Amino acid sequence: MTDLISTVVAKYNYWIYITLMMIGLYAMIAKNNLVKKIVGMNIFQTAIILFYVSIGVKKGGTIPILEHAHGHEHHVVHAVDYINPLPHVLMLTAIVVGVATLGVALALAIRIYNNYNTLEEDEILTQVREK
Amino acid sequence: MNEQYPALLVVVPLLSALAISVAGWVNKRLCFPIAVAALGVSAWSSVGLLFRVLNEGAIVYKLGGWLPPMGIAYYIDYLNGLVLPVVSIVALLNLISSKKIVEQQFPDKAGPFYTLYVLMVTGLLGIVVTGDAFNLYVLLEIASLTGYGLLAMGEERAPLATLNYLYMGTIGACFYLLGIGYLYIVTGSLNMVDIARLLPPLYQSKAVLAAFIICMVGVWLKMAFFPLHAWLPNAYTYANSASSGLIAPLMTKVMVYVMIRLILTVFTPAFVFSTLAVSHYIVWLACIAIVIGAVLALKERNLKKMLTYIVVAEVGYMVGGAWLGNRAGLTGAVLHIVNDALMTLCVFLVVGNIVYKVKGYAFADLKGLFSKMPFTMGAFVIGALSIIGVPPTCGFFSKWYLILGAIQAHQYGFMVALLFSSLINVVLFFRVFEIGFYEPFSDHEGHEHHPAVMAEAPLTMLVPLYVVAISLILVGLYTGDIVNHIVQFVIPKGFM
Repeated sequence: MTDLISTVVAKYNYWIYITLMMIGLYAMIAKNNLVKKIVGMNIFQTAIILFYVSIGVKKGGTIPILEHAHGHEHHVVHAVDYINPLPHVLMLTAIVVGVATLGVALALAIRIYNNYNTLEEDEILTQVREK
Repeated sequence: MNEQYPALLVVVPLLSALAISVAGWVNKRLCFPIAVAALGVSAWSSVGLLFRVLNEGAIVYKLGGWLPPMGIAYYIDYLNGLVLPVVSIVALLNLISSKKIVEQQFPDKAGPFYTLYVLMVTGLLGIVVTGDAFNLYVLLEIASLTGYGLLAMGEERAPLATLNYLYMGTIGACFYLLGIGYLYIVTGSLNMVDIARLLPPLYQSKAVLAAFIICMVGVWLKMAFFPLHAWLPNAYTYANSASSGLIAPLMTKVMVYVMIRLILTVFTPAFVFSTLAVSHYIVWLACIAIVIGAVLALKERNLKKMLTYIVVAEVGYMVGGAWLGNRAGLTGAVLHIVNDALMTLCVFLVVGNIVYKVKGYAFADLKGLFSKMPFTMGAFVIGALSIIGVPPTCGFFSKWYLILGAIQAHQYGFMVALLFSSLINVVLFFRVFEIGFYEPFSDHEGHEHHPAVMAEAPLTMLVPLYVVAISLILVGLYTGDIVNHIVQFVIPKGFM
């Protein structure tokens, strides 16, 4: 039991992202309202963004900006002192993608609402079958 | 100039998409010529690149002069050298054909339509040309997001079907991103060649295994590989024919390309076929995909939906062929990317022409079409024969290689599935021929006209259709050359 707890605690960032991902997936599968599904999708994407952000972090690391870099003396740069900025930069792009996907999804939801006057999936499906 | 082909390929359509959206405000008639010019430049560059690859071998293009693995590099080798011209030419032909469809169905949305169209082609070409795993994700999302927009411009059910596609597509792309994240954790690199160089000591690592499985599931979702295919039929059926003519031939094929690229370049065949012993099961899954796709197609009483299920079955062909793990199977899979893109384009252009004239694509709408639209249906016969796999059309040759690969790998189930699906395709298409040929034409009020008056689609729709139909036969006749000069070099040395 203590082994399990220590493995969970040691890698808590992975457990958090997997939990969030599963919450998102559950919402996408089980929810009946289209907007709730879209929110689930967004949680799913955000979980992966958090995963990437967490892998760039280093214990005791600071933001990757050189202090006094324009001074007279040369400082030795230790990579260990700085967090890895690359995953964070990648996630800027992923955030933009996420926002765009959310926008497209909501626009589609508006089109669907105009067609069927509801956002509940079961009601839409009965209307589709009746036609 | 030809040094810059890899950049032109992607940058020209990207900037033209902006120009088209501006032109849409000024004068809608400017949109189409700009789009044609942009895709023309892409097609020209991609053909030029193919010839450069044939002469010089693989090309590395460093965007902005940044050296890989820090900068993003475009790698063009024999595999994407072959796929690039297919993507750009298919997109160009469908674009020319879509002019009349846009004028008929949504003339006021010409600007947005052509913008999305050219952006989507940018995304697809970028996916094929890039040598950076994360760049591929971004371009994948560009292609997908514009694809959702294009597919939603359709019938009443199109937005709902597209939203379902959007959920599945987003999960697929996120899985791919997650897999790349795991690869980044273990290798610290995003450059495909660099990852392949760093991976061999890590083949036993669980993280690499997880990365591979997650990437594959993501890519399969995007290509609609059974059992992850459920989004495809409705999304493609209810879209307008200009959009489905672009997306049905290209999206699934480009994703199959990504899968083969991941297997060959990123994870290398040594890992995929030797360290992991899963290829057997995936070939069986492909067999099920082929059989289920064929059976579901048989159930449909609607031409366009029937064709979408054939697309699902064809994805099974390519995945199965790639996972056979031998030279013949992989040759068949790569060849089938080319052939299937052309065949699917051919039959979807036919559907476009039929919808343009008859305003429907159910089997009941096809009555008497051979006398009403003889040229369109003539091209349909060529496309159908190619999908069935009748020589000398190109469909026969890729199927031949796939069956050869199945026999060499002792995967007789895959061979049976291929033959079974060919037989089902015979039934499917001859049923359509029968309705089109023997049943008298009737209009929607139920009056029967006999003989029907010829009312063919306009020339701008017939010319692209015939270019594709003839290319089906030409690609078939020159299969030997394509295999000897290009596909042969795709497969790494030492691969049985």
